Amino acid sequence: MYPAEFDYHRPESVSDAIKLLQENPEAKLLAGGHSLLPVMKLRLAQPSALVDISRISDLKGVREDGDTIVIGAMTTYSELMGSDVIKQKLPCLIDAADNVGDVQVRNMGTIGGACAHCDPASDFPAILLALESEIKSVGPNGERTQSSSEFFMDMFTPKLEPDEVVTEIRIPNVSNIAKATYIKFAHPASGYAIVGIGAVRTNDGNVQLSVTGSVPIAARLSAVESEISGKDLSDDNIKAAAEKATEGLDFVGDIHASDEYRAHLTKVYARRALESLK
Amino acid sequence: MKHEITVTVNGTKHTSEVDSRMLLVHYIRDVLNLTGTHVGCDTSQCGACTILFNGKAVKCCTMLAAQADGAEIMTIEGLAKNGDLHPIQEGFWEEHGLQCGFCTPGMIMASYDLLQRIPNPDEQQIRHNLEGNLCRCTGYQNIVKSVQFASKKMSGAPGDD
Repeated sequence: MYPAEFDYHRPESVSDAIKLLQENPEAKLLAGGHSLLPVMKLRLAQPSALVDISRISDLKGVREDGDTIVIGAMTTYSELMGSDVIKQKLPCLIDAADNVGDVQVRNMGTIGGACAHCDPASDFPAILLALESEIKSVGPNGERTQSSSEFFMDMFTPKLEPDEVVTEIRIPNVSNIAKATYIKFAHPASGYAIVGIGAVRTNDGNVQLSVTGSVPIAARLSAVESEISGKDLSDDNIKAAAEKATEGLDFVGDIHASDEYRAHLTKVYARRALESLK
Repeated sequence: MKHEITVTVNGTKHTSEVDSRMLLVHYIRDVLNLTGTHVGCDTSQCGACTILFNGKAVKCCTMLAAQADGAEIMTIEGLAKNGDLHPIQEGFWEEHGLQCGFCTPGMIMASYDLLQRIPNPDEQQIRHNLEGNLCRCTGYQNIVKSVQFASKKMSGAPGDD
């Protein structure tokens, strides 16, 4: 299957990429391409041009900025899994990355691409929300940093202008993380999350939980958080908190799993995620 | 839109003019005539098109030839040296890791990526790392054995690439 005709550009800098996006209003950014190229091959997307930013070195790699861990948007899942900083300080991201697609997909797929794509069944939005990450982007009017809860607006809809480029994912207050995890119930064929839960316990007793897969876009489980935060992670407290996992959320259903089933699984996986924070 | 790309495939440098929308798998098969890399599902699920791209396994039905400009690629044709099968190929031969053989090139390239990272994988690691490759004949049992054969053989012969 061939995609429809398009122009291909490989700019050397983010500012050149922004210029190309402004000159070509129907253009799309190309990162790992493992979400975009399949929909182009099916002609569900027909951008006039692709702007390949995957090799811009400023957008690659993991670094520490004080107590913040900064992931370049074009860092692939497998590069993230190989990062010593991530291994030592945020191993929950390795668990999450190891859950994405398969080896070949992880060798191409990027963290920034996953964020900008806002796939409702994507794994990373959930763990990034639970970690209270920030997403930095650059556009013609300069840069801005948004919280992940602002950024993940809706299904396939990030809070991002068409001529704006995601440059960094920033995870703040890393030393305050006592324990963090990502668990999911994967669709057995596609590997996408039917339900995925990101969970973080901080040193000052807060619990941050988020869900993906069962809802239109990854979201925090605020009712669970307020029920459990500051309390012991006893079996009874966990059970009571996990029961609130469906509060305030709309669930999605499809041929693979109904909305009722996904809502049920959200409670089950919220409980399991809380248990693993003990 | 046409682009000039230069890629090194199995150690040989090629310079070609390609269309923006040409997929890498079609470049490899139809321009370079290396037809060992297969097109299976054409939707990045089955892994039959797996090659090594700058040393890492990728599904080249989901890549553009233009993205490969400057890259080092290895396909299934690059594994055997002077007529001697690579230990992974030998493993698939000895352990009956294939029946129809359609998935085999991709399966072998994904196994190559695995054994580079984890030279002595256990069964669970082999199955997890080959999740991106589908085989409709073998039930995977013999593929696991094939990779174990290769792992043993390669660890006994240090320096083997």
